[in-house]
Amino acid sequence: MNPGDFSTVLPEVLVAVYAMAALLFGVYTGKDKAAGTILWATAAVFVAIAVWLGTMTGTHTAFSGMFINDAFARFAKVTVLLSAAVVMVIGQEFMAKRNLLRFEYPILIALSVLGMMLMISAGDLIALYMGLELQSLSLYVVASLQRDNAKSTEAGLKYFVLGALSSGLLLYGASLTYGFAGTTLFSGIVTTVHQGAMPIGLLFGLVFLLAGLAFKVSAVPFHMWTPDVYEGSPTPVTAFFATAPKVAAMALIARLAEGAFGSAPKDWGQIIAFLSVASMFVGAVAAIGQKDIKRLMAYSSISHMGFALMGLAAGTALGVKAMLIYMAIYVTMNIGTFAFILSMQKNGQPVTDIAALRQYSRREPLKALALLVLMFSLAGVPPMVGFIGKFYVIWAAVQAGLGGLAILGVIASVIGAFYYLRIVYFMYFGEEVEGIDSGVMNPVGYAALVVAAFIMVAGMVNLFGIEGLAQAAAQTLVH
Amino acid sequence: MSNLLSLITFIPLVGAAILALFLRGGDAAAARNARWFALAVSVITFLVSLKLLWGFNPADTGFQFVEDRPWILGLHYKMGVDGLSVLFVMLTTALMPLTIGACWSVETRVKEYMIAFLALESLMIGVFTALDLVLFYVFFEAGLIPMFLIIGIWGGKRRIYAAFKFFLYTFLGSVLMLVAMITMYVQAGTTDIPTLLQFHFSAGPFHLLGWQIAGGVQTLLWLAFFASFAVKMPMWPVHTWLPDAHVEAPTAGSVVLAAILLKMGGYGFLRFSIGMFPIASHLLAPLVVWMSAIAIVYTSLVALVQEDMKKLIAYSSVAHMGYVTMGIFAVNQQGVDGAIFQMLSHGFVSGALFLCVGVIYDRMHTREIAAYGGLVNRMPAYAVVFMFFTMANVGLPGTSGFVGEFLTLMGIFQVNTWVAAVAASGVILSASYALYLYRRVVVGDLVKEALKSITDMNLREKVIFAPLVAMTLLLGVYPSAVTDIIGPSVKALVTHYDTQVAAAFPTTKTATQLAKN
Repeated sequence: MNPGDFSTVLPEVLVAVYAMAALLFGVYTGKDKAAGTILWATAAVFVAIAVWLGTMTGTHTAFSGMFINDAFARFAKVTVLLSAAVVMVIGQEFMAKRNLLRFEYPILIALSVLGMMLMISAGDLIALYMGLELQSLSLYVVASLQRDNAKSTEAGLKYFVLGALSSGLLLYGASLTYGFAGTTLFSGIVTTVHQGAMPIGLLFGLVFLLAGLAFKVSAVPFHMWTPDVYEGSPTPVTAFFATAPKVAAMALIARLAEGAFGSAPKDWGQIIAFLSVASMFVGAVAAIGQKDIKRLMAYSSISHMGFALMGLAAGTALGVKAMLIYMAIYVTMNIGTFAFILSMQKNGQPVTDIAALRQYSRREPLKALALLVLMFSLAGVPPMVGFIGKFYVIWAAVQAGLGGLAILGVIASVIGAFYYLRIVYFMYFGEEVEGIDSGVMNPVGYAALVVAAFIMVAGMVNLFGIEGLAQAAAQTLVH
Repeated sequence: MSNLLSLITFIPLVGAAILALFLRGGDAAAARNARWFALAVSVITFLVSLKLLWGFNPADTGFQFVEDRPWILGLHYKMGVDGLSVLFVMLTTALMPLTIGACWSVETRVKEYMIAFLALESLMIGVFTALDLVLFYVFFEAGLIPMFLIIGIWGGKRRIYAAFKFFLYTFLGSVLMLVAMITMYVQAGTTDIPTLLQFHFSAGPFHLLGWQIAGGVQTLLWLAFFASFAVKMPMWPVHTWLPDAHVEAPTAGSVVLAAILLKMGGYGFLRFSIGMFPIASHLLAPLVVWMSAIAIVYTSLVALVQEDMKKLIAYSSVAHMGYVTMGIFAVNQQGVDGAIFQMLSHGFVSGALFLCVGVIYDRMHTREIAAYGGLVNRMPAYAVVFMFFTMANVGLPGTSGFVGEFLTLMGIFQVNTWVAAVAASGVILSASYALYLYRRVVVGDLVKEALKSITDMNLREKVIFAPLVAMTLLLGVYPSAVTDIIGPSVKALVTHYDTQVAAAFPTTKTATQLAKN
C-alpha cells in the first residue's frame, strides 16, 4: 500500500474511523441517551463527506485497480450519502417516540453506507463482495431493530436468509468468472471478454453475478423479500431501504456490466432487459391491490427499479446517464413520500393503512398537495420531474434500438399510475372518516416533504444542473 | 414584445399560485375573493391575448411570436403560433372567463376549484403555443391532472369512476405518443417542431414480426400519435370515456372539456399527423374518414335515446368531432378550413349547450330529461337562448355550425363521395336528437310540480351567454373572420402534404388534383 492509495480511499477510511469512534463514544457515555447526538453527528459527517467528494475531480485508482474513485463513483456516493443523511434525520422523531432510537442505529447506518461506498468504487470482484456484505449485514440488523415486534424480527430474518442465498449466488458467479478469466479485477475480465468469443463459463458467471445483484435492487424475479421486509421494518428503516442501498446496488450493476463485461452488451443487455420488463410489470400490477402504504411503496420501488434497469439495458453512455438521473430523482421522491408516511399516525400509533388518508386534503391542504405532487411525479406524469426520469430511460432505450422495451415500459407506467392515483383519490375524493391525526408532523419531516415536492416541480426548469454531472459520470464509465 | 406567448401562457398559472399561497380562510368572503380574483386573472389573460391577435400577420405562413431558450435534455423551450394554432389560443383565453363565470354556484372548496381552472388554462394555452415536441407533451399531459381533480372532487355521483377512466384512458393514449416522439428525436436529432415539419421521416416499407408495414416508420409513428389524438378527440370507438367524464364533471368542467380539451386532438392531427407524416396520413386517411363517418351516424343514433341531457350533448360532441376528423383527413383547403372552423364553432356552441344544462341543473339538481318539460312558460329568455344554440348545433345556416359542417362535407365530397353521403345523413340525425331534446325539455305545458317555481336566467347567466351568442352569429354570417386568418397556413400545409404524397406515389392523384378534374 502506497501513500497515494491511502489518500484515494480517505473518505471511506474517515467514515470507518467515525463509525468506530461513535461506537466507543456511545458505549462509554449514555448509550441510548447519546443516540440522538450520534444520529445528528452521523448525518453531519455524511453531508461533509458528500460535499468533499463533490469538490474532487479526476479518476484515481488504488490497490492496483481494486478501488476506483471516478466521476461515476462520486455521483453515486454523493446521492447515497445525502439520502442516507436526510432519511436518518427525518426518522429520528419516529424512532425516539417508539423507544427505538438505540445508539447502534446511526452506527449501523454509517457502516452500511461505508459498504455502499466500497461497492460503488469496487474495481474487483472481491472488493465488490466485501462492500456488499458490509452493507447487507448492517441492513439485516437494522431491519429487526424492533426486537420485541414479531413482524420486525421476521423481516430481519427473511432478509437475512434470502440475502445469504443471493450472496451465495453472487459468490458462485464470482468464482466462475475468476476461473474463466483468471483474474478478479474488472479491468482484467474485460480484456478476456474482448479477446473474442466469450467462454460459456464466463457467461454463466455473469448470469449468477447479475442474479445476486438483482436481489439487492429487488428486481423481479428476485423481489419476494421486498414487501415483507418493507412492511415489517420500522418505517425510518424502510425509508432507508428504499433509497440509499438501491442507488448503490444499481451503480454496482452498472459498474460491473460496463466495467467488466463492457463490450458484450448483447449478452448482459438481454438479462437486464428481462429483469427490467418483469420488474416494471410485477411492480405495477401487484401494487394495485395493496392496502398498506409501505407494501405499496415496496412494489412501487420494484417498478421503479425496472425503469432504472431499462436505462442500463441500453448499454450506452446515455443509458448510464439516464439511470443515474433516474435514481437521483427516485431517491428524492421517496424521501418526500416517506417523510409523509412517517408522520401518519392515529392517537400516537403509526398507521399504514391507505384508507386512513380519506379526505386528508380538507384537514391539511398543503401537505396533501405536496403528496399529490409526489404521487404524480412517481407516476411519471408531467410537469413533474418524475416524467423527466422516465423520458431519459425511454430515450436511452429507443436510441439503443430497444423500442419494444420502451413500449412495454410506458404501458407498465399506465398500469402503475392507477395506484398512485388511488392515494390521491383517498386524499381528495374519499368519504369523510376518522382518519389520521393532523398537525403531528415534526419540522424536519415537514421540510423534507415540502422541499421534495418543490424539487419535483422546480426541477423542470433545469434539473438543478445534475445533467452535466451525470453526463460526466456516465462518460467515465462507458468508453 | 418577444415573450408575449409566455406571458399569455403563464399569467393564469401565476394567478393560481397567488391564490394558493396568499388567500387564506374558508369562509364565504374568501370564496367570493377567490371567484373574483380568478375571473380577473382570466380576463387579463384574454386582454393580453388580444394583442396576439392584433399583431398576428395571416399572410405569413411561418411561426410568429417565436421564443426560443435552451432547456434540459438538449430540448428547447420554444413557443410560437401560426395560422393553425393562433385561433385556438384565442378560443381558450376567450372561453375561460365565461367558464369561471359559470362556476359561481359552486360552494365547496371554491379556492381549490379556481386554482384548478387557472392551472388548466395555462396548460391548455401551452399545448397550442409549444413548438417543441416534449414541451407540447408536457402541456398536453399535465392538463390531465387538474381535469382529474375537477371531475373527481366536484363531480357527480359516479365521479370517481369517471375521473379514473378519463385519466387512464387518455394517459394510455399519450404514452405511446411519447415513445413515438422519442423515436423522432433519435431519428431527426431534434425536437424542434418547425424543423420536424420539414424533416422527411422514412416511409420505405419494412417487415415487423412478419408483417409488411407499408409506409414504414412513418406509419408506426402515425399510429402512435393517432392513439393519443383519437382518444383525446375522441373518435369512435375510443370515445367511451367522454360521456362518462362529461356527465360526472361539474358544469364548468364539461364546458372546458367540450370546448377546448377536445380541440387538442384535432390540433394534434393537423400539426403532427398531416404535417409530419404525410405519407402515412395518405395511406391511412380512408380508415380515418370511414371511422369518422361511422362516428357521425352511430353516435347521433346513440344520442337519440339518451335520458340524460349532458350525455346527449356529449354524444353530439363526438358526432361533431367526426366532422372535424373527416375534414382534416380529406386534406384539401375546404376540408381543413372546415375542420378548424368546426372546432372553433363547436367550442362556442357545445360550451354554450353545457352551460344551458348547467342553468337548469343549478336550479333543479337533476339532468334527467324526463324531469323537465314546458320550461318556456317560466323561462322565456332561457328558451330563446337554448333554441338558438340547439339550432347552431344542428347547423342552421346563419349560425357557425353550418359553415363548419358544410365546408367539411364539401372537402370530403371531393375525395370520397360515399363517406360524404353517409356523413351528410348525420346532419338530419343531429336535427332529430337536438330538436327532440328541445321539445321534451322546453316546449309543452308546464305540468311538473317541482318546476312551477323555477326562475328564469339571472343577469350573470345572461352576461355569460351574450358573447357566445354574438360569436356564433358572427362566425355564421361572416366566416371569413376565421378563414382569412387560417387560410394561408392551411394552404401551406395542404401544399406540403400534396408535394410529399406526389413524390412518394407518383401515380396517385392527390385530393387537390382530383378536385380540379
